Amino acid sequence: MTVIGEITHPEGVFALCIVLLWVSALYCIMLSRNLIRILIGVELISKALTLLLAAGGYLTAQTGFSQALIVTLIVVEVVLIAVAAGIVVGAYHRTGSLDVCELEKLKG
Amino acid sequence: MLILFLLLLGCALFTVLTPTLIMSALGLAATSVALSLIIFELKQPLAAVFELSVCAGLITAVFVSAISLTRRYSPAEERCVAAGRLSRFIWLPLLFLAAGGVYVYLGSEIGIPVARPLGDHMESMGVREVLWQARRLDLLGQLFLVLTGVFGVVVLFKGWHKR
Repeated sequence: MTVIGEITHPEGVFALCIVLLWVSALYCIMLSRNLIRILIGVELISKALTLLLAAGGYLTAQTGFSQALIVTLIVVEVVLIAVAAGIVVGAYHRTGSLDVCELEKLKG
Repeated sequence: MLILFLLLLGCALFTVLTPTLIMSALGLAATSVALSLIIFELKQPLAAVFELSVCAGLITAVFVSAISLTRRYSPAEERCVAAGRLSRFIWLPLLFLAAGGVYVYLGSEIGIPVARPLGDHMESMGVREVLWQARRLDLLGQLFLVLTGVFGVVVLFKGWHKR
Protein backbone atom coordinates (compact mmCIF):
# COMPACT_ATOMS: atom_id res chain seq x y z
CA MET A 1 0.00 0.00 0.00
CA THR A 2 1.22 3.47 -0.83
CA VAL A 3 0.07 6.45 1.17
CA ILE A 4 -1.11 9.78 -0.17
CA GLY A 5 -0.73 12.50 2.44
CA GLU A 6 -2.48 15.35 0.66
CA ILE A 7 -6.25 15.60 0.94
CA THR A 8 -6.38 17.68 -2.25
CA HIS A 9 -5.26 14.70 -4.41
CA PRO A 10 -7.96 13.03 -6.54
CA GLU A 11 -7.78 9.96 -4.27
CA GLY A 12 -8.68 12.16 -1.32
CA VAL A 13 -11.68 13.71 -3.08
CA PHE A 14 -12.95 10.27 -4.15
CA ALA A 15 -12.55 8.87 -0.66
CA LEU A 16 -14.18 11.91 0.99
CA CYS A 17 -17.19 11.63 -1.33
CA ILE A 18 -17.48 7.87 -0.65
CA VAL A 19 -17.29 8.41 3.12
CA LEU A 20 -19.96 11.15 3.07
CA LEU A 21 -22.29 9.05 0.88
CA TRP A 22 -21.81 6.12 3.24
CA VAL A 23 -22.48 8.29 6.32
CA SER A 24 -25.74 9.66 4.88
CA ALA A 25 -26.88 6.15 3.85
CA LEU A 26 -26.10 4.68 7.24
CA TYR A 27 -27.88 7.57 8.96
CA CYS A 28 -30.92 6.96 6.74
CA ILE A 29 -30.98 3.23 7.55
CA MET A 30 -30.48 3.68 11.29
CA LEU A 31 -33.01 6.45 11.87
CA SER A 32 -35.77 5.59 9.38
CA ARG A 33 -38.77 3.57 10.50
CA ASN A 34 -40.31 3.44 7.02
CA LEU A 35 -39.38 0.22 5.20
CA ILE A 36 -39.16 1.84 1.75
CA ARG A 37 -36.89 4.56 3.12
CA ILE A 38 -34.62 1.87 4.61
CA LEU A 39 -34.39 0.32 1.12
CA ILE A 40 -33.46 3.74 -0.25
CA GLY A 41 -30.66 3.86 2.36
CA VAL A 42 -29.42 0.43 1.22
CA GLU A 43 -29.46 1.72 -2.34
CA LEU A 44 -27.38 4.76 -1.29
CA ILE A 45 -24.79 2.44 0.30
CA SER A 46 -24.53 0.58 -3.00
CA LYS A 47 -23.95 3.94 -4.73
CA ALA A 48 -20.99 4.53 -2.40
CA LEU A 49 -19.68 1.06 -3.25
CA THR A 50 -20.11 1.67 -6.99
CA LEU A 51 -18.13 4.90 -6.69
CA LEU A 52 -15.44 3.05 -4.70
CA LEU A 53 -15.08 0.41 -7.45
CA ALA A 54 -15.06 3.02 -10.22
CA ALA A 55 -12.45 5.13 -8.42
CA GLY A 56 -10.34 2.04 -7.68
CA GLY A 57 -10.42 1.00 -11.34
CA TYR A 58 -9.52 4.51 -12.49
CA LEU A 59 -6.65 4.96 -10.03
CA THR A 60 -5.12 1.55 -10.75
CA ALA A 61 -5.73 1.78 -14.54
CA GLN A 62 -7.83 -1.43 -14.49
CA THR A 63 -11.06 -0.03 -15.85
CA GLY A 64 -12.04 -3.31 -17.55
CA PHE A 65 -11.92 -5.22 -14.26
CA SER A 66 -13.74 -2.50 -12.32
CA GLN A 67 -16.47 -2.22 -14.98
CA ALA A 68 -17.07 -5.98 -14.82
CA LEU A 69 -17.41 -5.74 -11.03
CA ILE A 70 -19.70 -2.70 -11.27
CA VAL A 71 -22.00 -4.50 -13.74
CA THR A 72 -22.15 -7.48 -11.35
CA LEU A 73 -22.88 -5.14 -8.43
CA ILE A 74 -25.68 -3.42 -10.35
CA VAL A 75 -27.32 -6.77 -11.17
CA VAL A 76 -27.13 -7.78 -7.48
CA GLU A 77 -28.53 -4.37 -6.50
CA VAL A 78 -31.52 -4.62 -8.84
CA VAL A 79 -32.40 -8.11 -7.67
CA LEU A 80 -32.04 -7.11 -4.02
CA ILE A 81 -34.35 -4.13 -4.49
CA ALA A 82 -36.92 -6.11 -6.53
CA VAL A 83 -37.14 -8.92 -3.95
CA ALA A 84 -37.07 -6.51 -0.99
CA ALA A 85 -39.79 -4.32 -2.55
CA GLY A 86 -41.96 -7.44 -2.96
CA ILE A 87 -41.40 -8.34 0.70
CA VAL A 88 -42.15 -4.76 1.83
CA VAL A 89 -45.42 -4.62 -0.14
CA GLY A 90 -46.37 -8.05 1.24
CA ALA A 91 -45.65 -6.83 4.78
CA TYR A 92 -47.72 -3.72 4.11
CA HIS A 93 -50.74 -5.79 3.05
CA ARG A 94 -50.44 -7.93 6.19
CA THR A 95 -49.86 -5.19 8.78
CA GLY A 96 -51.40 -2.18 7.00
CA SER A 97 -48.32 -0.12 7.77
CA LEU A 98 -44.81 0.48 6.47
CA ASP A 99 -43.52 1.10 10.00
CA VAL A 100 -40.67 -1.28 10.84
CA CYS A 101 -41.90 -1.43 14.47
CA GLU A 102 -45.09 -3.13 13.26
CA LEU A 103 -43.03 -6.12 12.11
CA GLU A 104 -41.95 -6.78 15.70
CA LYS A 105 -45.56 -7.66 16.55
CA LEU A 106 -45.70 -10.48 13.99
CA LYS A 107 -45.55 -14.07 15.28
CA GLY A 108 -42.77 -15.04 12.92
CA MET B 1 -15.54 16.85 -11.70
CA LEU B 2 -15.82 18.72 -8.38
CA ILE B 3 -19.22 20.04 -9.47
CA LEU B 4 -20.35 16.47 -10.16
CA PHE B 5 -19.20 15.37 -6.69
CA LEU B 6 -21.10 18.26 -5.10
CA LEU B 7 -24.16 17.37 -7.19
CA LEU B 8 -23.90 13.73 -6.07
CA LEU B 9 -23.66 14.65 -2.38
CA GLY B 10 -26.45 17.24 -2.70
CA CYS B 11 -28.76 14.70 -4.32
CA ALA B 12 -27.90 12.12 -1.63
CA LEU B 13 -28.68 14.64 1.13
CA PHE B 14 -31.96 15.56 -0.59
CA THR B 15 -32.86 11.85 -0.85
CA VAL B 16 -32.36 11.31 2.87
CA LEU B 17 -33.85 14.57 4.14
CA THR B 18 -36.95 15.05 1.95
CA PRO B 19 -40.14 14.11 3.84
CA THR B 20 -42.13 12.60 0.93
CA LEU B 21 -41.28 9.10 -0.25
CA ILE B 22 -41.83 9.77 -3.94
CA MET B 23 -39.46 12.76 -3.86
CA SER B 24 -36.96 10.57 -2.06
CA ALA B 25 -37.18 7.98 -4.87
CA LEU B 26 -36.69 10.73 -7.46
CA GLY B 27 -33.74 12.10 -5.46
CA LEU B 28 -32.22 8.62 -5.61
CA ALA B 29 -32.64 8.64 -9.39
CA ALA B 30 -30.89 12.04 -9.54
CA THR B 31 -28.08 10.59 -7.37
CA SER B 32 -27.73 7.74 -9.91
CA VAL B 33 -27.58 10.22 -12.80
CA ALA B 34 -24.82 12.21 -11.05
CA LEU B 35 -22.93 8.99 -10.26
CA SER B 36 -23.19 7.77 -13.85
CA LEU B 37 -21.74 11.11 -15.05
CA ILE B 38 -18.83 10.67 -12.62
CA ILE B 39 -18.26 7.08 -13.80
CA PHE B 40 -18.31 8.32 -17.40
CA GLU B 41 -15.69 10.93 -16.50
CA LEU B 42 -13.59 8.10 -15.00
CA LYS B 43 -13.44 6.51 -18.48
CA GLN B 44 -15.76 3.59 -17.73
CA PRO B 45 -18.61 4.11 -20.23
CA LEU B 46 -20.17 0.63 -20.02
CA ALA B 47 -20.58 0.87 -16.24
CA ALA B 48 -21.94 4.43 -16.64
CA VAL B 49 -24.59 3.30 -19.13
CA PHE B 50 -25.57 0.41 -16.84
CA GLU B 51 -25.83 2.76 -13.85
CA LEU B 52 -27.91 5.26 -15.83
CA SER B 53 -30.34 2.80 -17.41
CA VAL B 54 -30.73 0.27 -14.61
CA CYS B 55 -30.30 2.29 -11.41
CA ALA B 56 -31.79 5.61 -12.53
CA GLY B 57 -34.50 3.93 -14.61
CA LEU B 58 -35.47 0.44 -13.49
CA ILE B 59 -34.89 0.80 -9.74
CA THR B 60 -36.78 4.12 -9.67
CA ALA B 61 -39.68 2.38 -11.45
CA VAL B 62 -39.62 -0.40 -8.83
CA PHE B 63 -39.62 2.16 -5.98
CA VAL B 64 -42.44 4.20 -7.53
CA SER B 65 -44.47 1.00 -8.08
CA ALA B 66 -43.93 -0.08 -4.47
CA ILE B 67 -44.91 3.39 -3.19
CA SER B 68 -48.01 3.46 -5.41
CA LEU B 69 -49.18 0.15 -3.89
CA THR B 70 -49.48 1.81 -0.46
CA ARG B 71 -52.05 4.36 0.72
CA ARG B 72 -51.63 8.02 1.72
CA TYR B 73 -51.14 9.13 5.33
CA SER B 74 -54.10 10.81 6.98
CA PRO B 75 -53.38 14.51 7.81
CA ALA B 76 -52.96 13.68 11.52
CA GLU B 77 -50.54 10.82 10.73
CA GLU B 78 -48.64 13.06 8.33
CA ARG B 79 -48.15 15.77 10.97
CA CYS B 80 -46.99 13.19 13.52
CA VAL B 81 -44.52 11.55 11.09
CA ALA B 82 -43.17 14.92 9.88
CA ALA B 83 -42.52 16.09 13.46
CA GLY B 84 -40.75 12.81 14.31
CA ARG B 85 -38.63 12.98 11.14
CA LEU B 86 -37.56 16.58 11.77
CA SER B 87 -36.29 15.76 15.27
CA ARG B 88 -34.36 12.69 14.00
CA PHE B 89 -32.95 14.01 10.73
CA ILE B 90 -32.05 17.57 11.70
CA TRP B 91 -28.61 16.30 12.79
CA LEU B 92 -27.62 14.82 9.41
CA PRO B 93 -26.12 18.00 7.86
CA LEU B 94 -24.11 18.51 11.06
CA LEU B 95 -22.97 14.88 10.98
CA PHE B 96 -22.05 15.36 7.32
CA LEU B 97 -19.82 18.33 8.20
CA ALA B 98 -18.35 16.54 11.23
CA ALA B 99 -17.52 13.39 9.19
CA GLY B 100 -15.95 15.56 6.47
CA GLY B 101 -13.91 17.48 9.06
CA VAL B 102 -12.68 14.30 10.77
CA TYR B 103 -11.81 12.79 7.39
CA VAL B 104 -9.87 15.87 6.25
CA TYR B 105 -8.01 16.02 9.59
CA LEU B 106 -7.12 12.30 9.51
CA GLY B 107 -6.23 12.49 5.81
CA SER B 108 -3.79 15.34 6.34
CA GLU B 109 -2.32 13.84 9.54
CA ILE B 110 -2.11 10.14 8.69
CA GLY B 111 -2.57 9.94 4.92
CA ILE B 112 -5.04 7.98 2.81
CA PRO B 113 -4.09 4.41 1.87
CA VAL B 114 -4.43 3.78 -1.85
CA ALA B 115 -4.56 0.34 -3.51
CA ARG B 116 -1.90 -0.65 -6.02
CA PRO B 117 -2.63 -2.31 -9.39
CA LEU B 118 -3.14 -6.11 -9.17
CA GLY B 119 -0.98 -6.97 -12.16
CA ASP B 120 -0.13 -5.97 -15.70
CA HIS B 121 -2.22 -8.74 -17.31
CA MET B 122 -5.45 -7.31 -15.83
CA GLU B 123 -4.51 -3.80 -16.91
CA SER B 124 -4.43 -4.75 -20.57
CA MET B 125 -7.81 -6.55 -20.50
CA GLY B 126 -10.95 -4.78 -21.64
CA VAL B 127 -14.32 -5.20 -19.97
CA ARG B 128 -15.48 -7.82 -22.49
CA GLU B 129 -12.41 -10.00 -21.93
CA VAL B 130 -12.77 -9.70 -18.15
CA LEU B 131 -16.49 -10.60 -18.24
CA TRP B 132 -16.28 -13.44 -20.76
CA GLN B 133 -12.88 -14.93 -19.83
CA ALA B 134 -11.63 -13.98 -16.35
CA ARG B 135 -15.00 -13.68 -14.56
CA ARG B 136 -17.13 -16.19 -16.47
CA LEU B 137 -18.57 -17.71 -13.29
CA ASP B 138 -19.94 -14.28 -12.34
CA LEU B 139 -22.17 -14.38 -15.41
CA LEU B 140 -23.71 -17.68 -14.28
CA GLY B 141 -24.35 -16.17 -10.85
CA GLN B 142 -25.91 -13.11 -12.48
CA LEU B 143 -28.24 -15.35 -14.48
CA PHE B 144 -29.54 -16.99 -11.30
CA LEU B 145 -29.83 -13.57 -9.65
CA VAL B 146 -31.90 -12.22 -12.53
CA LEU B 147 -34.27 -15.19 -12.18
CA THR B 148 -34.54 -14.38 -8.46
CA GLY B 149 -35.34 -10.78 -9.41
CA VAL B 150 -38.11 -11.96 -11.71
CA PHE B 151 -39.53 -13.88 -8.74
CA GLY B 152 -39.36 -10.66 -6.66
CA VAL B 153 -41.26 -8.68 -9.30
CA VAL B 154 -43.90 -11.43 -9.50
CA VAL B 155 -44.35 -11.22 -5.72
CA LEU B 156 -44.52 -7.41 -5.98
CA PHE B 157 -47.41 -7.45 -8.44
CA LYS B 158 -49.16 -10.58 -7.11
CA GLY B 159 -52.85 -9.89 -6.65
CA TRP B 160 -52.60 -6.45 -8.27
CA HIS B 161 -55.40 -7.23 -10.76
CA LYS B 162 -57.74 -8.30 -7.92
CA ARG B 163 -57.26 -4.94 -6.17
